[in-house]
Amino acid sequence: MSESTATPAVASVSTSALFVGFLKIGLSGFGGVLPFARRMIVERRRWLSEDEFLDVLSLSQFLPGPNIVNVSIIIGRRFQGVAGAIAASVGLMLMPLVVVLALATLYAQYAQIDAVRGACNGVSASASGLIVATALKLARPIKDSTWQVGVCIVAFVGIALLRVPLLWMLAALCPLSVGIAWRTRP
Amino acid sequence: MIPPVLWELCAQFLVLSLLSIGGANAVLPEIHLRVVETERWMTDADFAQLFALSQAAPGPNVLIVSLIGWKVAGVVGGVVAMLAMSGPSSLLTYAVAHAWERFRDAPWRIAIQRGLAPVTVGLILASGYVLTRTADQSLSAYAVTGATLVLALSTRLHPLWMLGVAAVLGAFGVV
Repeated sequence: MSESTATPAVASVSTSALFVGFLKIGLSGFGGVLPFARRMIVERRRWLSEDEFLDVLSLSQFLPGPNIVNVSIIIGRRFQGVAGAIAASVGLMLMPLVVVLALATLYAQYAQIDAVRGACNGVSASASGLIVATALKLARPIKDSTWQVGVCIVAFVGIALLRVPLLWMLAALCPLSVGIAWRTRP
Repeated sequence: MIPPVLWELCAQFLVLSLLSIGGANAVLPEIHLRVVETERWMTDADFAQLFALSQAAPGPNVLIVSLIGWKVAGVVGGVVAMLAMSGPSSLLTYAVAHAWERFRDAPWRIAIQRGLAPVTVGLILASGYVLTRTADQSLSAYAVTGATLVLALSTRLHPLWMLGVAAVLGAFGVV
């Protein structure tokens, strides 16, 4: 399937191994699970080589949908087709969903306590900073290209300041940006 | 009998699923626009609290979606929102994964990737901005946001430490 074999990866992974593997990935990460997913998939279980994982990741990030769910779909499909994709994605989301809904139910009961509300305010303030940091880290590879910086600024101003609906923004900006990328291809 | 709000929830996230280029973090402003301003399912404060809960729980960022579903229509709402948010994009991913691997070095593939990268960055930056405006109600909250940003960019400290310290500061009424 892939020519890249920088490190030899395993030849086959069973449906149940996919389920269990992604179950662990789902439970391991706080504030984003991708670093944990990489360690598990590349280093521990050797399902994919480093290069293959980066390839899966870049596809997952450019397609719509939650990135890590896309990763589970691609890896599940690669080893076991439809059954693998379902096992991996359900395994991934099952426990986080249970935990977060339990947490929300608990929170609803204690939300009137000042300390609980306060802790929540602290976490959301800090988590907002983390998201800005994520964006700035992702911006590093594009910062030397004038047109890419320009596209980034248009997206930011349109969505954050002018509150343009996302559909219009994507419909206008994506073809433009991909068009420029095509015209300026190396 | 399925309550109408559940259909509405499902429809909203089915659409968002295919618009979420760059993942769940990239569509937070649009989710905020829809659930707070258009549908009026919750207030800014509710939204900020759900965001905090989603970050405090282990698991992917997309959990915010199931919390919004939970707020609107209980546990069933939470599951429905998550399935709707992941369904269409997963089908698309499944369908194109093979072609993408085959055309690894094709110029059009590289152009798509280079073209979409800055859009994604702009969207996530917008998420950070909208969340900061929604979540931060005091100067000290802005200080926590700023301190987290600096630490995240300049150190390799695990994010959980920053969230934990911020939670403790908040619990003591500092934020």
